[in-house]
This record gives sequence, C-alpha cells and structure tokens, in this order.
Amino acid sequence: MSGQNDREVLLSLRNVEISFDVGGKHKFKAVQDASFDIYRGETFALVGESGSGKTTIGRAIMRINPLSAGEILFEGKRISGKLSKQDDMNVIRSIQMIFQDPAASLNERATIEYCVSEGLYNFHLYKNEEERIAKVDRALEEVGLLPEHKSRYPHEFSGGQRQRVGIARALIMEPKLVVADEPISALDVSIRAQVLNLMNKLKNEKALTYLFIAHDLSVVRFIADRIAVIHLGRIVEIAETEELFAHPLHPYTVSLLSAVPMPDPIIEKQREPIVYTETTEEKTGPDYEMRELLPGHFVYCSPEQGKEYLKQLENQ
Amino acid sequence: MADERKIVLSAKDIEVKFRVRDNYLTAIRGVSLDLYDGETFAIVGESGSGKSVFTKTFTGMLESNGTISKGSVMFHGQDLTKLKTDKDWEGIRGAKISTIFQDPMTSLNPIRTIGSQITEVIEKHQGISKAEAKEQAVQMMERVGIPNARERFDEYPFQYSGGMRQRIVIAIALSCHPEILICDEPTTALDVTIQAQIIALIRSLQKELKFTTLYITHDLGVVANVADRVGVMYGGQIIEYGTVNEIFYEPQHPYTWALLSALPQLSEKGQDLYYITGTPPSLYNEIKGDAFAPRNPNALKIDFVKEPPFFQVSPTHFAKTWLLDPRAPKIEKPAVIQNLHEKIAKMTAKGGAFHVRTE
Repeated sequence: MSGQNDREVLLSLRNVEISFDVGGKHKFKAVQDASFDIYRGETFALVGESGSGKTTIGRAIMRINPLSAGEILFEGKRISGKLSKQDDMNVIRSIQMIFQDPAASLNERATIEYCVSEGLYNFHLYKNEEERIAKVDRALEEVGLLPEHKSRYPHEFSGGQRQRVGIARALIMEPKLVVADEPISALDVSIRAQVLNLMNKLKNEKALTYLFIAHDLSVVRFIADRIAVIHLGRIVEIAETEELFAHPLHPYTVSLLSAVPMPDPIIEKQREPIVYTETTEEKTGPDYEMRELLPGHFVYCSPEQGKEYLKQLENQ
Repeated sequence: MADERKIVLSAKDIEVKFRVRDNYLTAIRGVSLDLYDGETFAIVGESGSGKSVFTKTFTGMLESNGTISKGSVMFHGQDLTKLKTDKDWEGIRGAKISTIFQDPMTSLNPIRTIGSQITEVIEKHQGISKAEAKEQAVQMMERVGIPNARERFDEYPFQYSGGMRQRIVIAIALSCHPEILICDEPTTALDVTIQAQIIALIRSLQKELKFTTLYITHDLGVVANVADRVGVMYGGQIIEYGTVNEIFYEPQHPYTWALLSALPQLSEKGQDLYYITGTPPSLYNEIKGDAFAPRNPNALKIDFVKEPPFFQVSPTHFAKTWLLDPRAPKIEKPAVIQNLHEKIAKMTAKGGAFHVRTE
C-alpha cells in the first residue's frame, strides 16, 4: 500500500487468511486475503457486522487464531507462526487486549490487585513486592481509580469502573499496540463516553496505537483516524475516517453507513437506508483487488468498477 | 398531544417494588403515561432506569418477586394491575398487548418449528382450525418479509438468521392483531443494516395494521427515527416527556441534557466527550429530592430537599425539574447540544451515505 510512507508502520497484515475446520474436509474461510498497515500512534478501526471476521482478525493478531495463509508483521518482524521464546514474550507484552464485557473478562474471585498484577506475575516483571504494588497503583491511577480499590473485587465496581480495570491490566504491561474488541458495546451512553475519553487520553500520553474493533459507526467516527470496513471475511474499503464517511465507494460501505441512525428527528425521519444484498451484488473475481481510487482510500474492486465508483462519486 | 385523540392505555402513578432478600427495592417511583391511539411512544433511559420494568406492568410480566404497590393501568375500562393469574390475562397479554424482546433467540423455542410457534398463538387466541391457522401464519410470514415462507414454515429457529428470527418474533406478536405493540430493545442484538430493516418493517406494519407502538430503547438514533413522542426515564421515573422534536431540540431536564451531550456525534475529534459523573441512585434507599441532583453540576439547593413536580413547557411537553420554577435561576442548556440539528445536518451534508426517504 502506497501513500503516507513517511509514517512508521507498527503492525502489518499481509494477505492474511484464517480458516476453521467445520467437520470433515470442509473449511470455512472466516477471513480472506486481508492486508492492512497500522501506523504507530493511530487509532485504526475495523468495522463490520457480526460474523464479518473482525474479531477473528483481532484474535489472529493476539495469536489466538492461527493463520492458514499470509503473515502478520509487528515492528517489521514476523509474529505469525512459530516464534522463539524470547520473541514470544516480547510480543505478548507489546500487544495487549481490552475485551467487550468487563464483567466476564475479570476473574470474579480475585481482587483487583491480582487482576491487574496477573501479567506482571506471569513475566516476573518486578524486582520486589514494593515495585509490583507501585506499578499496580500507577496503572490504577492512570485509568482514574484509587489505590484503595486494590483490595476490592470486580463485582463491587460499576460497569465503567470494571472496564477501567480491564484497561489498567493491559496498560501495566506497557504495550505498544492495544487491540480493543468492542470495548464499549456493553456500556451505557454516559459511561461509554468516560471510557472513550480515557482511551484517547492514554493514547496521547503513552503514545499507544489502537486497533479498535467495533460495529457502532458513530463511536468509530469519533475515535478512529482510519477505518477498514470488513464484510463476509473480506476487507472491502480502507480510508481516513472523514473521507470514508464523505465518500464511501464500495456499495457495502454505502449501505452500512446509510443504516446508522442519527440522533436528530428531522434528519432521521427523512432518511432512507440503502439495502445491500451480496447475493445480487457479489463483488469478487480474478481481477479484484484493493485499489487506491483516491489518495489513501482503498476499495476492493475490479479496474472497471473502480472507474464506475469514481464516476458515481462525481455525480453525487 | 391534542386532547381529542383517543387514549388507548393510561398508567397512573405506578409504583413497583421488588423484594430482594430481606430488602425492598423501589424500581418504579410513581410513573404516569397516556398512550394515544396509533402513536409511537419511545421510552429512553440507561440500564436500571426502570424502562423495561415499567412496561412489564402492562402485560403482567413482572418477575415473581416484584409487585405493583401503587397505581393503576387502565385499558378498555379495566385496571390491569388487578389481574393476577395467567387466566385473568388471557385475551389481553399476547392478544391485545404484545411484546417483542431484544434477543430473538431467547424468545423463540429452539426445539419447535417456526410454523408451529406462530400457529400456536393464532389457534389459542382466535379459536380456528389448524389448517386455517397455518394459512394465516404463512401469510403473516410473507408479510414480515420471509422469502419462501411456505417452505420455511417447518424449519427450526437455528436455520434462520438473527434478522429473520426477529421478523418471526414480530409475526408472532402481530398474529392476533394487537392494539399495542411493546418493542423492548427490538434491534439492540442486531446489526445496524438489519436494525434499519426491522425498524422499517415495524413502521410499515403499524401503518397497515394501525396499532400503537411503545418502544423501549437506549439508542437516541433509533428514538429519533421511530418516535412521535418520547419519555426520558431516570431512577425509576419519567423525568421529561414531549414530542420527539421537543425532546431533541428543546430539552429541559438536566438529565436529558446530559444524555444528549454524551452523543459522540456532537463532539469534535480530539475533544473530550461529555460524560455524567457518579452513578445512578440506589433504589434500595428512599430518594430525596431530584434523583439526578447528586450528578448534576448545576443542581439547585432545593433539588436535594424536595422532589420537583412536572412543569408544563408546551401543551405537549412536560419536565420534572425545579429549573422550570419561576423562582429558579436561568440556566441554559449546555453549548454542545445547542443547535443540535445544525450540527448533525452539517455531518450529513458532507455527502456520503445519506439518502432521503421517498414515501
């Protein structure tokens, strides 16, 4: 992918394919030919509907799902497949994850202190107890919790606070990349805002890079620098956020964006969602690939279709 | 709303208590609501605000540890709060007042065919033969947009996609031509493109079958789309209600302000989103004054002492806040939600995927 060559690529997916055995000889390709770069310091969003493969990609980056083809590079080094023990440890520390449901992702029988320290224990990342506790205190403080919260249990916290604990336990490992899989979907509107603000603040303070996996496009528009749209296991469009919202080119993206409700009755009562049926518009073939139709704006299409999409854009 | 419109259901001063271990929790604290014939009323609120519990009193579906301790729900001259047994509810629940729930997988029986689950309802409430019921069911399946309805009649829920399952739930709910359809977060578990289709389906069915719709949702985008009138719930009470335009463009209650201010669409990238500090009130304790006061940065002294009454803003718009008392200081709504329409219009005017409905 060309363009923005001045920026440093942190994570790179190259023709990634992930398939699952579904009994017998059948394989289900959950992700096909996915390629994208995430630059250091950006928030890169992966959006799509349930079953589109967005979480599968996130899990592949966490090295939970093995690839059936392609490779994943982190800081220029291949991290998919077998790694040396040293590399393995480094990657685990450098790429951390925040989960959707903070109630389900914390051990309910462990104190917050243990939940947050778990990564430190696993890697012996502390010289003595004093240092470990200092690290836990600092991580809690960074997410807006207090040191006295250490001795409490997850059930004693509200949903927003629990999500903060989830963030603290990722942060304590001093990661470079954080994979956030629907981190706010389970939260109420007002709490959601707190967590988004916190994620933005930490991104600026700690120079974090996020892969933000989500289905809520209004939230993605607010937090993401760039967006990749994934549909049925295939990335169909990648662009900078406002560019994507202003000029969606792939028909699936057009349909997806047209379905997002706007909190404005006058506008909302005039809006007509566009239905995209992949059966009639299955857009794939031998000459299909990600093409840069506008600067930094890639669409999965054939050369003719690319021209057609651009023509439609002019006519708007 | 204009007084000459017919009221189909009238809830007066409802209070609901739950017994939890040895404690009582007051989930609904004196809520009144008149539903007008053919309208779409949306109740919006965060989790725990009581929006589901309140509407469950209309169908007698409170959990067994909950009781309606005060108030009445008048429907066709009958007080629904007096109904106790399932037999009492026959002919009302599922027949005149139907509910669609959030997760279609849990509202359908996984080990029975789709067809049998629809015909069961028709046979039970209309007392017609199996063959006639099947005909009606197939028609209803076609009406809610199931392709090849006749072939799919004998399939099981797992053979349907999430959106199709929700269409079946709608078919079941509407198979007895109810007067009121309660939609409890009907699209929360669905993808956004499917959500748009389901909302459009409910709208077109409402036009055709002329029922009254009560939406329960936390999504203000959905509210803006579907509602004629909106009620905002907080801490077990409706704290403001009015037409959808009044609630979005002329909100009066500080909680409504806060809810709208937290919308990500209204914030510029790089700026902090507005959020509400603190946590919702515990419903185990008696709430003094305005329930939102502890989280309201502009709370008045009286907010902590005395519960505000409803003040009338317009013939259709009421808000339960002391700010509307003539003696209260003048506090403007937050800057972020002023000119809300202009701000959102600017976002959609950038082009892209915004299309005007033609109907």
